[in-house]
Amino acid sequence: MLHVVACIKQVPDTKVAKLNPKTNTIDRASAPAILNPYDTHAVEEAVRLKKRYGGTVTVLTMGPPPAVKAIRRCVEIGADEGYMISDRAFAGADTLATSYALTKALHKISQIRPIDLIICGKMTIDGDTGQVGPGIARRLDIPPLTSVNKVVEIDKEGGSAVVHRKLEDGYEVVKSTLPCLLTVEKEINEVPYSPMPNLIKAARYQPTIWAVSDLEDVDRTQLGLKGSPTIVGSVWAPPKPQGGEILQGPVNSQVDQLMDILLQKKELFAVKGGAS
Amino acid sequence: MNIAEYSGVWVFIEVKDGKIVPVSLELLGAGKRLAEKRGVELSGILVGYGVKPLANTAFEYGADAVYVYDDPIFKLYRTETYMRAIIECTNRHKPEIILYGATSTGKDLASAAATDLATGLTADTTILDIDADTGLLQASRPAFGGNIMATILCKKHRPQMATVRPKIMKAMNPIPGRKGEIIEEKISIREEDVRTKVLEIVKSATKQVRIDEADIIVAGGKGLGDAKGFGLIHDFAETIGATVGASRDAVEAGWIEHHHQVGQTGVTVTPKIYFAIGISGAIQHLVGMQNSGLIIAINKDPDAPIFNSCHYGIVGDAFEIVPMLIEQFKRVLTAEEVKNA
Ligand SMILES: Cc1cc2nc3c(=O)[nH]c(=O)nc-3n(C[C@H](O)[C@H](O)[C@H](O)COP(=O)(O)OP(=O)(O)OC[C@H]3O[C@@H](n4cnc5c(N)ncnc54)[C@H](O)[C@@H]3O)c2cc1C
Ligand SMILES: Cc1cc2nc3c(=O)[nH]c(=O)nc-3n(C[C@H](O)[C@H](O)[C@H](O)COP(=O)(O)OP(=O)(O)OC[C@H]3O[C@@H](n4cnc5c(N)ncnc54)[C@H](O)[C@@H]3O)c2cc1C
Repeated sequence: MLHVVACIKQVPDTKVAKLNPKTNTIDRASAPAILNPYDTHAVEEAVRLKKRYGGTVTVLTMGPPPAVKAIRRCVEIGADEGYMISDRAFAGADTLATSYALTKALHKISQIRPIDLIICGKMTIDGDTGQVGPGIARRLDIPPLTSVNKVVEIDKEGGSAVVHRKLEDGYEVVKSTLPCLLTVEKEINEVPYSPMPNLIKAARYQPTIWAVSDLEDVDRTQLGLKGSPTIVGSVWAPPKPQGGEILQGPVNSQVDQLMDILLQKKELFAVKGGAS
Repeated sequence: MNIAEYSGVWVFIEVKDGKIVPVSLELLGAGKRLAEKRGVELSGILVGYGVKPLANTAFEYGADAVYVYDDPIFKLYRTETYMRAIIECTNRHKPEIILYGATSTGKDLASAAATDLATGLTADTTILDIDADTGLLQASRPAFGGNIMATILCKKHRPQMATVRPKIMKAMNPIPGRKGEIIEEKISIREEDVRTKVLEIVKSATKQVRIDEADIIVAGGKGLGDAKGFGLIHDFAETIGATVGASRDAVEAGWIEHHHQVGQTGVTVTPKIYFAIGISGAIQHLVGMQNSGLIIAINKDPDAPIFNSCHYGIVGDAFEIVPMLIEQFKRVLTAEEVKNA
């Protein structure tokens, strides 16, 4: 029986998000809050491992109260239990302070049920750093295995895991002791439509919510803005690239004009079947 | 933490298949500019097995000194072992700044090391500057899927660390024979204490196309309609000897594999010519190709944002225009062949 914990985050859907030109911040109203896409795959992988080996899937998030919705989405995918840490003291956390707070919650969860494996997404689509997963692993002093695109085997008795880590030009097969922490690529699995019983359970699901005072041995100076070595100094809109020349005239002539431009760089084009 | 004790700019020198990866050379260039502005030395930190001779390459590309960890334990990259080298070396020599390439290895290593060093780490930096007086690093990066740029500061902790995207910074022109100081470091890690083992490394059977190495890229997007329509992109690319690129939507539609994807969550490319065909020009796509030499856009929507980011644009149907281009190129290139024969 495995106990797998997936760490998940609610994020604004940055694909449709609009920038508020005055403040250069994301206009929250323009962007629906969704479960971070990579985290759907983290939860799905945990659910698949549960199906394979038996056990429990727990999800954990740090976020404001509306993030309960993201936990419900995880229950739809098949998570058994959800925990959320939510407190003003967490606000403004960078990745170092985020991994600290999540680690304190993971300690508490492991007292309820020892944890065999932690799965995170490769990155979020808002902060985009990919730094929280390895940070948690270091704080728990367990091996981080990043960019995982396949879990070959989890052997709880033998205390080991074998996974594929994606590389720029292939992959490597790595064996690690358990517990360990994986960060997963999207290609690791496909998330199917959720079965009806999950949807029903999710609709009413209430996660356990902890404030800082519910966690043990917390050094408050390591939380939130105070515990964050980095700050966001300034935020600006990316420079708008300069518009180019739109070719005019009938299509034929436009193609001719383009050919004239391109053929100034003729040496770049390979002659098919030729010597190049 | 007494931040005044920390001095010097370091670059983590990543090695792959016995060679320094290009982004590390780019970072030596970027690091040199920071070090000169601040009036300090630029050093490399080189970890691996049999890697010591590569220090000379680092000197040619601007390093004044290189810390070398050359030991069989470092033969293959593992977070646990490499991280120990970085942490020990940092604690011993106290650099003010460490830069890493934002590759999978660089990001993995930097994230782990930053946690133990309890310092700040800026992710995926694209612009670097430094305050010459205070040494404060200004590392700017895209966030929120490229919708905004943010400058990240780490005021009270040292070293200030950042991962930096490949292909953004410029390497120096190497100075052959330029010398520097090699500082050999030792660390004792016993293999039986390491909790991860690399069992096997599997390279992709078909040599994967590296779109970031191409001189010409023909990229197609959702506007091609379906997999069959996307075939037009392959035809054009083949005719002119180009490499195929794609938008994320084309990749997600399953028309082409992910390693062809250009952009924020794909590859950053800087070819001499980039064709964007049936691609709208979302910010996440633009960040991956906007430094290309010559950008040509073909799109039937005159208001498509791609037209704000191209050098030349044609408003029209790809299925009409691209076949005409193929036709013309075939004529020109065959004529050329006859002439050369
Ligand atoms: C514009 C901007 C730029 C920033 N740049 C930096 C920077 O360069 N360096 C830095 O240290 N911080 C930075 N931050 C702060 C950072 O976004 C926050 O610390 C954030 O809480 C976590 O980082 P992330 O979103 O990048 O997560 P990632 O590290 O990308 O997340 C990886 C995985 O960790 C898990 N995870 C992440 N957050 C949570 C959570 N709240 N609850 C549960 N699981 C979670 C998920 O599994 C997720 O898939 C920035 C913030 C902003 C607004
Ligand atoms: C976190 C995040 C990361 C992302 N990363 C990436 C990334 O790495 N790379 C990336 O590309 N995207 C990325 N995206 C997605 C990006 O936001 C866009 O959705 C995507 O680039 C759109 O792809 P497209 O231009 O092919 O499709 P569309 O936006 O649908 O555009 C299709 C275009 O084709 C034109 N067209 C239609 N028919 C024809 C025709 N017959 N002839 C000519 N033109 C025609 C249309 O006018 C339209 O402009 C990311 C998004 C997010 C949120």
